[in-house]
Amino acid sequence: MSETRATEPALLGLEGLTKAYPGVLANDDVSFAIRPGEIHALLGENGAGKSTLVKMIYGLVRPDRGRMTMRGAPFAPVSPAAARAEGVAMVFQHFSLFEALNVAENIALGMDQPPPPRELASRIREVSTAYGLPLDPDRRVGDLSAGERQRVEIIRCLLQDPKLLIMDEPTSVLTPQEVEILFRTLRKLAGEGTAILYISHKLEEIRALCEHATILRLGRVVDTCDPREKSARELAEMMVGEELHVPVREAGAPGEVALELCGLSMPPASEFGTPLRDISLTLRKGEVLGIGGVAGNGQDELLAALSGESLAPAGTIRLARRDISRLQPNQRRALGLLAAPEERLGHAAAPDMSLTENALLTGAVRERLTRRGFIDWAGARAFASRIIEAFDVRTPGPEVAARALSGGNLQKFVIGREVLQAPDVLVVNQPTWGVDASAAAAIRQALLDLAGRGAAVVAISQDLDELMEISDRFTALNEGRLAEPRPARGLNVEEIGLMMGGAHDLEASA
Amino acid sequence: MDLTSINPVLLVASLMVAATPILLAAIGELVVERAGVLNLGVEGMMITGAVVGFAIGVNTGSPALGFVAAAAGGAALSLLFGLLTQYLLSNQVATGLALTLFGLGLSSLIGKPYEGIKSPTLQKLDLGPLGDLPIVGPILFGHDPMVYVSLLMVLGVWWGLKHTRAGLILRAVGENHDAAHALGYKVVRVRMAAIAFGGACAGLGGAYISLVRVPQWVEGLTAGAGWIALAIVVFASWRPWRALLGAYLFGGVTVLQLNLQAAGLAIPVEYLSMSPYVVTILVLVLISARGRHGAPGALGRLFHGTG
Repeated sequence: MSETRATEPALLGLEGLTKAYPGVLANDDVSFAIRPGEIHALLGENGAGKSTLVKMIYGLVRPDRGRMTMRGAPFAPVSPAAARAEGVAMVFQHFSLFEALNVAENIALGMDQPPPPRELASRIREVSTAYGLPLDPDRRVGDLSAGERQRVEIIRCLLQDPKLLIMDEPTSVLTPQEVEILFRTLRKLAGEGTAILYISHKLEEIRALCEHATILRLGRVVDTCDPREKSARELAEMMVGEELHVPVREAGAPGEVALELCGLSMPPASEFGTPLRDISLTLRKGEVLGIGGVAGNGQDELLAALSGESLAPAGTIRLARRDISRLQPNQRRALGLLAAPEERLGHAAAPDMSLTENALLTGAVRERLTRRGFIDWAGARAFASRIIEAFDVRTPGPEVAARALSGGNLQKFVIGREVLQAPDVLVVNQPTWGVDASAAAAIRQALLDLAGRGAAVVAISQDLDELMEISDRFTALNEGRLAEPRPARGLNVEEIGLMMGGAHDLEASA
Repeated sequence: MDLTSINPVLLVASLMVAATPILLAAIGELVVERAGVLNLGVEGMMITGAVVGFAIGVNTGSPALGFVAAAAGGAALSLLFGLLTQYLLSNQVATGLALTLFGLGLSSLIGKPYEGIKSPTLQKLDLGPLGDLPIVGPILFGHDPMVYVSLLMVLGVWWGLKHTRAGLILRAVGENHDAAHALGYKVVRVRMAAIAFGGACAGLGGAYISLVRVPQWVEGLTAGAGWIALAIVVFASWRPWRALLGAYLFGGVTVLQLNLQAAGLAIPVEYLSMSPYVVTILVLVLISARGRHGAPGALGRLFHGTG
């Protein structure tokens, strides 16, 4: 089938696309072509220029140089509406649904000439059922699961009958079962002649789905390949441009109980949050417990309950057999329980404060950086410098504001700050989210080393590959409930998916 | 004290008049906030509308022209706010507060020559036999046109937000401006239009005080009505019909306490005068305690489009 396609004229052709932003060349002379019915992967690390490129195709950004063609004719969309008129549709990674509006309203906003509400509702039902992605047009998007929200985006695109469908990191919030359903839908679309430009950094998925890949690094096309013929590791090294360091762990036998949760229940942290329901758990010294699950199933609430940001009912959290449920974060830090929340800017670090000040904020207690209420600036600076050195944080120095660091460097700083305080229990949420591959490997190695030294680590993450790499035991959060932890070794994708809640309500229609 | 001197029919009729300026300003601010912009300059725009409307009303002898000019004046002032916050990305809270101070100063400058003059005022609409109906007549059919305009405005805003594409886009922009931008909607343009509408409504509200309710010009005439309008938007959980309810509740307490003062209630006048504000604060506290507010997701956040 691909042989016959090779002779077909390209649907979308890119020639020498270049786009510069102040200080960065986001895209540098990018050329490739997509044929009808082809599933084409766009691979690259964060900052490789993938999103700038698709924004140009979708009319959100105009290229400085180069040209695009659509079915041989010049194509230069000045707005998303113009791109949609040419048959380009896009499913965004985030930023494109309105939580307070219902499904039909969300879909109408993505169409240029939406039909009257009643007709639209019936078309949504019809198309969504036809593609195995059932949707109720009247439900409020804020009440939908991540997988259902993505269906809204896909249906919004399908109603326009697109010729080219761009998907930006579509599976980052899906369970393995939901990914399978999505892939089935995409293959069906491709079979009907729709070209799909698929952006992801999940290499196994690209190998399973795509027949052609273009690899970007620092804004340039560095390679193209057929991903089905490469291993995930080869693909990763093409993206990074260097050999990848795979984290190794020193074996350490699990020791005595470090942390215990018994029947922990918590109300949701926000209007669209999830309550924690009756969570029980035992964690031993030297152990890494991986907690998977789709975003919004109680991860933030669990981190807040453990770190002390929200106080839990008495008797539900014990650190080394001592009840800490009603203790404040600093009291917990003093006892050896540290946490690194998900959001780097604004939660784990104060964006406009210097690295020294940020180091002080969580390190004051254990590193003794305050004396009688006065700050020991020399000590704080030394602590910040120690983190920078030990974790290879690329920054001019500790006086730089947290905001000025790249995501990967700030994340290394945030994790390093906690690891260097030698915690007995460390809780991390999304430790490598949006971090480039080499920084991610360094962070995972640091967590493993910490466990090797006898600390207990709770790693909450949506990256299953990461959890499989570092965890001794694996469990998953699903609607605020924690599955029974199981040894990570030997778990297969099917079992993991079921622990994450399976495909929610999708099985029947799939 | 003589409570029988309070006529319930007249009370209801006059509460509608008392509530109209706040209702006009609140419905405008509601649209602004649904578009995701927090304009704290309502008081400044109201009083600017009040003085501009009064000046034009006096000079032309036409209160209708006064209202048109007041709307234009309020909108012009609000566009200054829009320019600062939407294009120059200044902080909305600080800019809104500055707009109030600016409006108060500007109005006393413009209003100086008009102090002590009486303006032409709106005539009550003559609805023929409808006005002669018992009870219903004086309550519903004995008002000046602006009372009906304000009610139509509530209806129009409710209908527009719920049933038109423009309303849907406005809500989308206020809910998540990044998503709206990604879908190709002009966030800043939508917001500028909403801000101008809010300014025009605030101007009308102010002019209603100076041309109908009082009707003359004194410095600081609006006396905090703009702030009450802002509180009523929150009270209303950003819904038009609840804004009507809130405005009439506030108007009702205002009129009632005036009547009680006149009836000689044995409570110091100061306490009665503060009662509408106390009631507003209490209701706001009760509503906030319920948790879910339904505030637009992007309310007060700066939007900086790229590319």
